[in-house]
Parts: sequence; C-alpha cells; structure tokens
Amino acid sequence: MTAADVPQTSAEAEAAEAVAGVLAGLAGLATRRGPGGMATRDGPDGLAGLAGGRHRGVVVDSPPGAGKSALVVRATVDLAMAGEPVMVVAQTNGQVDDLTDRLALAAPRLAIGRLSAADYVPTPRVLRHLTVSVAQQAGDLAACPVIVATAAKWATLADGIWPWAVIDEAYQMRSDMLLRIAGRFERALFVGDPGQLDPFSTVESDRWLGLAWDPMQSAVAALLRNNPGIPVHRLPVSWRLPATAVPVVGEAFYPFTGFRSGTAPQQRRLEFATRGFAAWSADEPIETAAASGWALYELPARHTVRTDAEAVVACAALAERILQRGAVSFSERAPSGELVTADRIAIGTAHRDQARAVRSQLGELSVAGVTVDTANRLQGREFDVTIVLHPLSGRVDATAFHLEAGRLCVLTSRHRHACIVVARAGIPELLDAHPSTEPVHLNVPAKFPDGWEANQAVMAHLSRHRVRA
Amino acid sequence: MSTLTALARARAVASAVAQPISTVRHVHVSDRPLVLIPLALAGEASAPLAAMVGDDPGSARLLVVAQPRNRDQRFAFAAGLATVILGYIDTFRSAVEDASSGADREPRQRFADAPQVLVPNRAGIGFVRLLGRSTRFRRSDGEYAVDPAVPVLGRWLTFLAERAEYPGSCLLLAATEALALHWASGQSPVEDLNLAALLGWVDPPSGMTGPEAAAAAEDPLTCPPAGPATDPTFDNEVLAPLIAACARADGDAAAHRAEASLRAALSGQLTPTWKLMWRAVGLLRGLPPGGRVAPRWDADKDAFTGYVTYLGEGGPPQPRRDSAVAAARRLDWLERAQAGYAIQRALDDPLVMAEYRMTGEAFAGTVTAAEPGRIDGTGRRRKLRPLITVTTEDPVRIEAGTVLSTPGRPGQKALVVSVYAGRPARVVLELSGGMGRALIPVPGSVPEVGDRLCYTALSDSYQRSWPFPAREQTPWTHGGPPPEYVPADEDASEVWS
Repeated sequence: MTAADVPQTSAEAEAAEAVAGVLAGLAGLATRRGPGGMATRDGPDGLAGLAGGRHRGVVVDSPPGAGKSALVVRATVDLAMAGEPVMVVAQTNGQVDDLTDRLALAAPRLAIGRLSAADYVPTPRVLRHLTVSVAQQAGDLAACPVIVATAAKWATLADGIWPWAVIDEAYQMRSDMLLRIAGRFERALFVGDPGQLDPFSTVESDRWLGLAWDPMQSAVAALLRNNPGIPVHRLPVSWRLPATAVPVVGEAFYPFTGFRSGTAPQQRRLEFATRGFAAWSADEPIETAAASGWALYELPARHTVRTDAEAVVACAALAERILQRGAVSFSERAPSGELVTADRIAIGTAHRDQARAVRSQLGELSVAGVTVDTANRLQGREFDVTIVLHPLSGRVDATAFHLEAGRLCVLTSRHRHACIVVARAGIPELLDAHPSTEPVHLNVPAKFPDGWEANQAVMAHLSRHRVRA
Repeated sequence: MSTLTALARARAVASAVAQPISTVRHVHVSDRPLVLIPLALAGEASAPLAAMVGDDPGSARLLVVAQPRNRDQRFAFAAGLATVILGYIDTFRSAVEDASSGADREPRQRFADAPQVLVPNRAGIGFVRLLGRSTRFRRSDGEYAVDPAVPVLGRWLTFLAERAEYPGSCLLLAATEALALHWASGQSPVEDLNLAALLGWVDPPSGMTGPEAAAAAEDPLTCPPAGPATDPTFDNEVLAPLIAACARADGDAAAHRAEASLRAALSGQLTPTWKLMWRAVGLLRGLPPGGRVAPRWDADKDAFTGYVTYLGEGGPPQPRRDSAVAAARRLDWLERAQAGYAIQRALDDPLVMAEYRMTGEAFAGTVTAAEPGRIDGTGRRRKLRPLITVTTEDPVRIEAGTVLSTPGRPGQKALVVSVYAGRPARVVLELSGGMGRALIPVPGSVPEVGDRLCYTALSDSYQRSWPFPAREQTPWTHGGPPPEYVPADEDASEVWS
C-alpha cells in the first residue's frame, strides 16, 4: 500500500491531489493530439493545429523531497501507456541511471531506451532490467516508447521529434541547453526545485543581462519569460525534510510559497545506541542535532584559507562520532528503528578542494562510505544526517558565490533527520559587513529569496542550537 | 585569489617589490602595437574628450575635442581617430601566410600578422566598446551624415572589444591586466587597476621601493589618472575654464590660442600614461613567451582575417543585441576558450601548474622505476605499453583509470594503473603513443629512472562542439525565430545620447 493509493493523512491527500492535478492536465493535453498519437513530422503548421491554442509546456515546482522523481516516473509511464513516445531528459548520468531504474521498476513491461555517450559504462542498476536497452544512437532505440538520456546527449541529436519531453531537474539546466534540445519535442513537462543552485558559467556573461533568452538563465526561467502563459504547479509536501527543518528551510528559501512536512514532529527520531562522554567535544553537537534536528558547531573566529584544517577535522570527526555512537533513526519507513550507516551520512561543502580535504581526512580516520561532495553534486540526493561546512566559514569577504541562496538551500535540505553546520564564529558579523551590492539590471526579474537574507535567516535559527568547540 | 597568489602578494609586501607569478609570458606582444589612451568627459556617458594614440613611442598623436558636448565635434574626433586606427589596421592587410592545417584540408591563407591595440586598463576596453557602439551605426549620407570612416571605425572598435572578451585573445589588451597576469604586487587587486601604482610595484624607479613608488603614483599632479575618467580637481580647476575659453573665443586667432592651451593641458594629463604604457610593453617583452602563445596569436590572426573578409563582402555592423542562438553559441565559444586557455597556461608554465599541484589535479615527481620494453599481449595485436613509477611528495588526488599527460610529451598518454597514497606517493603509469611504430621505443621517448616530470589530467585537446539550431529554427521555448536583422538609423540612438 503506497501513499499515493490510499491517502492516510491530510498531507498525503494534499500531495496526491497536486500530483493528480498535474497528471490530469498532461492527459488533457495528450488526448487532444487526436488519433494515432504518433509524432508528426509535417512542420510547424501541423504542430500549431494540434496545439489548438493550448499550452505547450507545464512547469512543476517542487521543494526538497516533495516526490519530484515519483512525479516524473508517473507522468512518463502515463504518457507512454497512452501511446505517446516520451523523451526523458535529466542533467547527469547518475540522475539518468536513477530514473531508468525507477521507470523500469514502475512499468515492468515498458521498453525503455537508455541513450548514452560512447564512454558510458552501464551501471548495475540499469543492466539488471531486461526491458532496458542501452545504445549510442537514437535510431537503435526506435522501438522504445521511452528514451532516457542526459540533456548533453540529447543535444547531439540533429533530427527526430518526440511528442513529449519530461525534463527533470529543469532548474539545473541552462537556457542554452534547452535551446539545443527544444527542437526535439513538441510539448514538455518541466520538473525541478526552484530553490536550488542556479546554473553558472566561468565566463563573463553581462552582455546578455535583461534579454528574455539570456543563455545563463535556468531553462525554466527562459521558458516562462518567452511563454508567460505556461501554467506553473507546485508540490506542497516535503516527504524528506523532518518537521524540524520545514519551517527553517521554508522561511529562508521559499518565502512566498512555503510547503509543509509530510511527517509529524514525533515521527522522526534519532537516538544513539551508546552513551557519550561529557568531555568529548564531538558528542555535544550530535546530541543537540539528534534532539532538535539542527546544530551549529562553532569554531573560534578566525580568517582561514579555503581548506580550513580545523573545520575539515571537525567535519570528519562528527561523521566518525555518529558512526561510533551507533545512531539509530526512527521514521515512518522504519518505526522500530534502523542503524544510520555510513552511506546515510553526507558532508557538504562549497568548494571541491574542501570536499577533497574532508575525504582525505576521513581516509586517515579509516571511515569509509560517507558521501563528501559539493553543493552542486549533492543536488537531488537524500541522507539521514548531513554535516555542512558553512560556505562563509572563516572567510574575509562574502562574495555572490558564497552568499548564493541556492547553495545554502541545497546543503541544508538534504537530510531526513538532522543537519549539523560547522562554521567559524562571526558569520552574522561578516554578513552585516557585506550587504548585497549586486547591481540591479533592467529587465532582469528580481530573484527571491535574496542570498544575504536567507543566510541571515538560517544563522538566526542555528544560533539557538549553537555548540561552541 | 588562489593560495599561491596570496602567498606571492604577502612576499611582495615583505620584499617591497612585486613578485613574479609566472615563468613565461602568456600574452602576445606585437612588434608594433598601437597604444590608445582615451579620456572621457565626466558626467557625459562615453563622450570622448581626448585620446593619445600611436604605434611609435617617440611620436604620440593627440586628438582633442574642444567641446565634448557638441555631437559634430565628437564625430570629427571619431574621424580623426579613424585615420590613425584604420591606417594602422591597413598596414596588416597586405602580407599573407599559408594557414592550411592538416594534410587533406583546403588550402587557406591568412594575414601574416594582426593589429594589437593596448589600452591602460579594463575601463579603457569599456570605452572602446561604447565608442564602437556609438559610431558603427552612423551613416555617411542623409541627415546627420558623418565621415565615411566613422562607421568603419565603429565596426573595428566593436570587433576589438568583443574579441577582448575571448579568453586568451591579444588583439585588444589592458596593460594593467597583462601585468597582473605575470606579477603579484603587495597591494589589493583594486589598487592594481591603477597602472602607475602597479608599475611602481613591478618596476620601481631606482632609489625607491615598490610601496614608495605606488604611493607616489597616487598624486594626481605627477601621475594623472590613466583614463578614461579624469582627475576631478583637474576637471574643475583646469579643464572647465579652458573649455569655457574655447567656447567664448572670438575670432580665429583667439580660438586657436584657446584650443592650443586646452591641447597643452590634456597633453600634460596624457603624456605620463603614454610613457608608462611603453614601459609596460618593454617589461612584457622582457619575458620569454610561453609555447602556446604563438598558436593563440594565430587564432587572433584568423579572427582578424575573417573580419576583414566579412567587411569586404559588405557585412552589416554587429547588431546591438545577440539573438537567442547567437548568444548561446557565443557563450559556448567563450567557455571553451576559457577552459582551453587555463589549461594552456598551466602546460606552458610550471608556476601556474603549481596551482593544480596544490589542489591535487597534477603532481610532479621523479621516475623511480621504468619498464620501457613492456609489451601488452592481451589484445589481438601486441602493443608497446611501457610502465613507469613516479614518486612524488605532492598530494595526489587522482584515481586509477584516469588518463594523464605531461607538458613536455604532448603525443604521449599515461594511464594511471595504481596509486599508492601517502608521503611520498607512488603512481604507476602505463604509457601509450609518441614512441614510434615499432615494439621497441624510440630512444628518449620513455622517461628514464631519475627523470623529473609533472603529470596532469588537464588536456587542451580538441573537444567536439555539437551544433546549435539555425537562427530561423529558434525554438518556441526561446521566443521562436527572430525577425531578420536589418540595420536601421534607430540603431544609433541611445536613451542616454
């Protein structure tokens, strides 16, 4: 019995209703295509006739852990079952493999194509399904009603038109990537989390500021600016974030829309199989986090290089201590508790060299299996406990990169139980000394939430769960 | 700022002189660059006030606008500037060289050299861009006609300014940026924007330390700003009365006298920077060029040749804004160029590579074991696959299975077989390529025990670019196909002009 079949709580009912609304909307668009349902290749006139004044796209905004992937899978399967070939677009090979796996599990008789680059090595979770074929040419997958690939792979195709595209993590995709693949589909479902990191570039891109087709925007921003009538749906319930995290994350990063938690405050608990030592500094923060869902482990104020050795040691020591103490998580999935193993813990950083430093520190402690990565790479992933090296920790200045709301949002919204933030003291003062000074440009929609404000909101909350090292 | 640059800045403070942060020169310096120092009138967006320009340190040409608010005088100034700049560009349009690449490619020719324009700072590049924008749409007939050279100048200035965004291009350079690429001063990056102060750190006059020279450069009387903005005190006390005198002058002789005083005052503002510019050129020329500077200059020559051809075919001026497809394509070019440029600099320069060694993306060490004659017999054909072991003190964060290369052996790939982490770390590499066709390596093609080498996963090999849709196939998600671009008189108007 799954949540979607028999709603048990008001949160489930609300979430199910939102998903049903999106699917009904898609079905409405799909059935208007007329008999046959096959892709037309008769040019723009035929397409315009089919569109019949209806929208060519639907956007679904999803806060962290709101069942975005489940929606992508259901929408894809529904469309494919209705006889509409679907191209599924994700942003990384890992995401594509995950989706392929989930699609194959959801629709065991559906033929699925996994389109890949030449150097791709199929992962076990793709190979275990007999219904999944892997190929490098779209022509080899012509018999598959569903083809899954990364956006970069779809961009290599020069022809072929699919009646539907389902685009996952659409806010991570850049507008110029959408430009390359938009010729391959007639209609599209865009699903993504608007609170996450914006696409970025290493080159100066001011010359396009204010243009509706600025290639540096996210795909969804470009779509909505050029097609203002496109409906935007929103998933209302986060199944990942615990009740302790939803008010903080919602207020800081989704100030106008908000969302609610799918679980009640007592449904998620974190306990330890062993007792701590009063003198052991790593015990207090993890116990604070277990009790309240949050902890700020504050190191003495100091300006440091990016790979702050003390902060790196602290991050690794916290992960090690959680494992040593035998943390047990109680949730709606495991009411009688399950051990928090290394693969359920993640350490998130702002920069790659910081992640590398934490990884090598974990190696010295002989702790294996803990995920350590940057915010960009943790997007879309879920863990029981996360340890975050605060992007502003030890910094002399607060640059736009380090203030970006999406970065902090990703780092503080990956956990099901608790989040421990490691930081040097003095971040609120640093924020006060560096108010946002980004210029305001004409024709550029104001971006909410403001990174400076979001950082202040998160620090204000964390200060209530502060543990000094 | 990277950790190594921060260290170099700290050392510069300690030793009171700028520290080199590169061992080779990463920019091309022409034998005959054109130095251009523009000045703008305060309070008027991109209103030219004066310019000192020329390709000979001994003869600077001074152009002055007696009344910068007068549009006719502005375009007369542009026509004067066009004479100098277009004349300079024309000198590169005769000698050609063969540029056919590859055995089966079409034979192709390009100009043997290209113009190089040097301005003092990044704001100077911005001024070139704006002056280009305000002149390239002008017409030489009808109402408000301008000299026919003015719109051509506008297109060339726009070409240069757009090319300056392209990482690694040297057609239009800012002197402060070229210097900061090679030396770290003991002042902040914002203070480095001042050419005089930066040069004071890099090359202090005898008897002075870097900080003393930089402090002396802050006096606007001895070191006037390098433009385009002028010194406000000069504006109020010297420039304003002289411009007013020009406007009041009654009769040819009086006008001539007033203008001569204005020229003398502006020459006094520009000449110190003119000398600094040529000193900067001399300092850059003193560095040995990196191995990949010439190929990048070849790309600049190609771009120059391409634009000459485009103009010769009567191509319209660059549009005010990029279309959706043009913007995406340009971003793709820039990102590729940026990535390639960063890697090329590292491959050319051990000091730049040191940044990558710090982060574990490269390592330098000594060959401690070698099996030069090893044959891989597992496949259908026996292949020469020597093994070497490199021992290094660097933090190695490269995983087995990665393909590496070393700057001195471009044709040779090294597959990481295994990594024994620790200090020192040992990395076992399997070599392929660049050893001749036989099963015995050509002498010297396999590193020997005791050789010191740097291996990195960075590679500047060609990356295939996938096509963008054609302009007329701009998809509905990006507003559909844009209307055909037709240059119009309105293009020249600006909200602020």
